[in-house]
Amino acid sequence: MKTIIDDILEKPHAGETSYTAKDFKPDVDVRWCAGCGAISVLSPAQRLMPELGVPKEKIVYISGIGCSGRFPYYMDTYGFHSIHGRALPIASGLKIARPDLSVWVVTGDGDNMSIGGNHFIHACRRNVDINVMMFNNEVYSLTKGQFSPTSHRGQVTKSSPLGSLDDPFNPVALALGASATFVARGHDKDRAQLQQLLQKAHQHKGFSFIEIYTNCRIFNDGAFDLYTNADTRSDSTVWLEHEQPLVFGKNKDKGIKLDGFNPVVIDLTAEGNSISDVLVHNEKDSTLAFILANMTYSEVLPRPMGIIQNLERSSYEERVVDQITQEVEKKGAGSLESLLQGGSFWEIN
Amino acid sequence: MEKFKEHVEDVTVRFAGDSGDGMQLVGTQFSDSSGFAGNEVNTFPDFPSEIRAPEGTLYGVSAFQVHFGTRNINTTGDFVDVLVAMNAASLKVNLANVRTHGIIIVNTEGFDERSLKLAGYAKNPLEDGSLNNYQLVLIDMGKELKKAFIELDIPSKLIQRTKNIFALGVTYWLFHRPLEPTVSWINKKFKDKEDVILANVHSLQAGWNFAEKNPDFKTQYLIDRSNLPPGKYRSITGNQAVALGLVVAATKARLPLFLGSYPITPATDILHAISGYKRYGVKHLQAEDEIAGITSALGAAFGGSLAVTTTSGPGLSLKSEAIGLAIMTELPLIIVDVMRAGPSTGLPTKTEQSDLMIAMYGRHGEAPMPVLAAASSSDCFDMTMEAARIALKYMTPVMLLTDGYIGQASEPWRIPDVATLPDIAPHFAEDAKTFKPYARNPETLGRMWAIPGLQGMEHRIGGLEKEDGSGIVSHDPINHQKMVEIRQRKVDGIANDIPELEVIGPAEGDILLLSWGSTYGAVRTAVGKLKEKGHIVSYAHLRYLNPFPKNLGDVLHRFERVVIPELNTGQLKNLIQAKYLKPVIGINKVQGKPFKSVELEEKIEVLLSMENIKKWSSKKVDIPVDL
Repeated sequence: MKTIIDDILEKPHAGETSYTAKDFKPDVDVRWCAGCGAISVLSPAQRLMPELGVPKEKIVYISGIGCSGRFPYYMDTYGFHSIHGRALPIASGLKIARPDLSVWVVTGDGDNMSIGGNHFIHACRRNVDINVMMFNNEVYSLTKGQFSPTSHRGQVTKSSPLGSLDDPFNPVALALGASATFVARGHDKDRAQLQQLLQKAHQHKGFSFIEIYTNCRIFNDGAFDLYTNADTRSDSTVWLEHEQPLVFGKNKDKGIKLDGFNPVVIDLTAEGNSISDVLVHNEKDSTLAFILANMTYSEVLPRPMGIIQNLERSSYEERVVDQITQEVEKKGAGSLESLLQGGSFWEIN
Repeated sequence: MEKFKEHVEDVTVRFAGDSGDGMQLVGTQFSDSSGFAGNEVNTFPDFPSEIRAPEGTLYGVSAFQVHFGTRNINTTGDFVDVLVAMNAASLKVNLANVRTHGIIIVNTEGFDERSLKLAGYAKNPLEDGSLNNYQLVLIDMGKELKKAFIELDIPSKLIQRTKNIFALGVTYWLFHRPLEPTVSWINKKFKDKEDVILANVHSLQAGWNFAEKNPDFKTQYLIDRSNLPPGKYRSITGNQAVALGLVVAATKARLPLFLGSYPITPATDILHAISGYKRYGVKHLQAEDEIAGITSALGAAFGGSLAVTTTSGPGLSLKSEAIGLAIMTELPLIIVDVMRAGPSTGLPTKTEQSDLMIAMYGRHGEAPMPVLAAASSSDCFDMTMEAARIALKYMTPVMLLTDGYIGQASEPWRIPDVATLPDIAPHFAEDAKTFKPYARNPETLGRMWAIPGLQGMEHRIGGLEKEDGSGIVSHDPINHQKMVEIRQRKVDGIANDIPELEVIGPAEGDILLLSWGSTYGAVRTAVGKLKEKGHIVSYAHLRYLNPFPKNLGDVLHRFERVVIPELNTGQLKNLIQAKYLKPVIGINKVQGKPFKSVELEEKIEVLLSMENIKKWSSKKVDIPVDL
C-alpha cells in the first residue's frame, strides 16, 4: 500500500543541498556554561552536516535529559528532546519506521549508562543505523554534581562527599560487550579529530557509538586534562588508525606491543625494539577491540582514542524491510479482505 | 436405539482437561462449528499461568467454555450445562460451576489411582455417589478408540493422541453440530500428513457414533439458528480484533503501522498477530522493555506512522512517563491496555477493570488524554478504529482499555466490508512558509503533524513546555497556564465528536444501570432477564470515558438511582460522583472473573425490592452505597 509518507518522500528536495555550517545554527542562544565541553562538540557537528550531502529535512537529532539533552535545540534540523534515558528507543523506532532519515542521538554518561543503560545495550546488539554521541563528563551536571556511572571510585561529589564507592563502567568495553559494530572515542579538545569520527560514524551502516570526553567546568573540571590537553595527550593517549601501528608520544617514539594478550609499552629508541614489533590496528578485529578497550583505565598504558572497532553487519531496519519484501514476494501483498476473513469464516444468508 | 430430540435456547459447554489434553483446540472447534451452524456464540479460554504444569495436577487444568444459542448470547455463560472432564483434576476444578442435573462426560482413563491422588480425591467421585445430582456419562476413551480403529492401519500412539477429537465428536452428536468445519480444519492443519488427517477425522466420527449408540445419551439437543444479519462471519477474540483494527485503521489513514511492544499477559496475542502481518507492510519492534515499547512507538509517530504500543497493568505503570511525553509533544499514539487483576503482578491471567484511574490520571502533571473502552471482543475492532481516528485528528495519545476477558474471549464477528468503513484523515502540515510547530487547528485544537522529510519545517519538540504557536521552549508562567488549559480543552472538545450516550429502556425513571468495558454482556443479559420478569430498569453503556459523552450528566440526573457494576472497587463510580455530584450505587467484584449475569440480576432485584418497600410502606429503608 502506498502511504502518505511515500507521497511526501517522493517530492524532490527543492533547490540545492549545498549548505554551510551556518545553515545548521538556529536562531537561539546556546545556554550551556561558558567553556562547556558540549559547545566544543556542537561546532564540529554543525560543520560536518553540510558535508554529509543529506537534505537538512532528513536529519534528526534526538536527546534525552541532562546537559547533553539541549543539543537538538542548537541544531537546525528536525529534533526531539525527549525524556531521561529514552533517546535510543525513540531514535530506534523512528529509524525503523523511516530508514530514509539520518538519525543522531546525543546523550550523556548519566542518561545513557544509568537510566538508559538497558536501552543502550539492546541498541548495541540490535544494530539500528543510528549514530550516538555520548558526552562523558564523568558526573551528573544538570542535577548539579553527583557521581555518575562513569565516575571513578573515590570521586568526591555532592552525593559522595567521602568519595564514591562505585567502580565505573568502561563505556567502550560495554558497547563492545553488547555487540556494537562501530565503537569510537574522541574528546572535546580536538575538533578536527572529532569531526572525522562523526563522519566515520555517519558512513558506518548500523549502530555507531562515540564516547566523547567533554569537560564539565563546573562540577568536574579538568577530569580529562591528561588525555585531552595538547601538551600531555600525545604521551597519555594513542590514536588508533586502521592498519597503522600503535605509535604514540610527542616524538612518536613509543609503541604498543602485544605480550600474549597483554598490551605493553615499548620504547622505540631502545636497542632491539623496532616499528615491526608494534601492534598494528585492525578495526575489523573484534578480539583486538576488546584488548584495546581494556587499556582504558590502565595506569601504565596510554588511553586509546579513535575508532576501536568498525564492523560491517546488516542493520536492523534493513532486515525489517527485507522480511517484508520476502514475505510479499512469497505470498503476495496482503489483501485486507483475506486478512479480516482469517482462517475460517461462514456465511449467513 | 430411539433418542429424544429436544429444542433448547442456549447451552454452555465446558471442555476441561490437563494442559496437554488439547482442550483449547477442541473448544475453538466447537465454537467455530456453532457459528457455522448459525448460532450466536461466546467463548472463553481458561488456562493456567504455568506453562507446562505437571500432568494431572489441579493447577495444570486447562479449560475452554463455549456458550451458544439462538439469541442473547452476551456472556460466556453463568453455569455449565455440559462438562467434558478428561481427568480427575479437571472434574474437581470445574464441578462447582456445573448446573445441578447437568451432563458430565468423563474420560475414565483420567481417574486411575495416581490421578485421583493428584486431584486430592480420597475416593473415586465416579463411584462414591457424590455425582448423583448430575447426568454422568463414563467413557473409556482409549478403549473406545481402539475399537473404532480396529480395521485401520494407524499407529496406536497416533490414535491415542486424538482423544480430545473423540470427545469433540461426542459433543457434536449431543448438539447436532456440523462436522464439516472441523473436518476441513483438520485437512488444512495437517496438510500432507495423511495418517494424521485420517486418525483425526475418523476419531471425530467415532465420537459421534459412540454417542449415537450409547444408551446413556438419551437426548439430542437442538438449537435453532439465530436471526443474525446476513453476511460473512468469523470467530474473533478481542486481541485479534485490536490487531485487525490497527491494520485497517492504518490503511484507512494511508499511514504505515508501527507497533512497539513488550510481551505481557494477557496482551501478547496482539503482538503475535501483528508480527505475522508482514505482508501488509506492518513494522513492529519487540522491545527490550515496556518503556522502549512505547518510546519506540513515539519515535515512529514522530516520523509519521500510526504508532501503537500494547500492554497490561504492570507495563502501563512503566509507560506513564512516556505517555506524558506524548501528551506534551502532541503526537498521535495508541496505547492498548488489556487490563488484568492487580496491583503489582496480581493475577496475571485473570481479568479486572482496575486500570481506569491510571488511564485517567496516572501521570505526573496535568496530563489529560482520551480514554476509550471496548464493550466486547468484536467491539475491540470498532474501538481500535475509533482510537486511531481520535489520535490522528486531535494529535494526542489515546488509551484504549480492553481486558483479559474480552481480550481472550471470542464471539462471532460480522466481517465488515472494508470499502464502506470511513477514511481517517491525518493532518499534515502543508505550507512551510507559514509553518509553526504548535499552531493549531482552531476547531480540534490539534497541532499539525510536521514529519522529518517535510522541507522547510525543521523544528524541535520535546518534554519541556513550549510557547503556544512557535513551539519555542518557554518557562513563562502565563504561557504554561495557557498550554495546560489548551491541552485540557483539546481533550474535552472531543465530546462534540463522539456519539451521545444511548439509554435502552425508559429515558427517565427509578433505576439506571450504567456499565463500561467488558461487563456489557453480563449487564445486558441481566437487564433482559429483569425485563422478562416485569421489572423496569433502564440501561446505558459507556465506551468513552474521557471525555464522557456530553449528555451523560443529563442522563444521570433523569434517574432516581444510578447503579454501576464494575470489576474494581468503584473507580467509575468515583469519577461519576465527583464530576456530576450524583450519588451512585456500586456493584463491585474483584475475583479475577467477569460478572455472572445472574449475580447482577439478583442484586438489582434486591435493590428493586428495597425501593418498593420504601415506596409502598412506612418502613424506613436505607439504600446501601454498594450492593
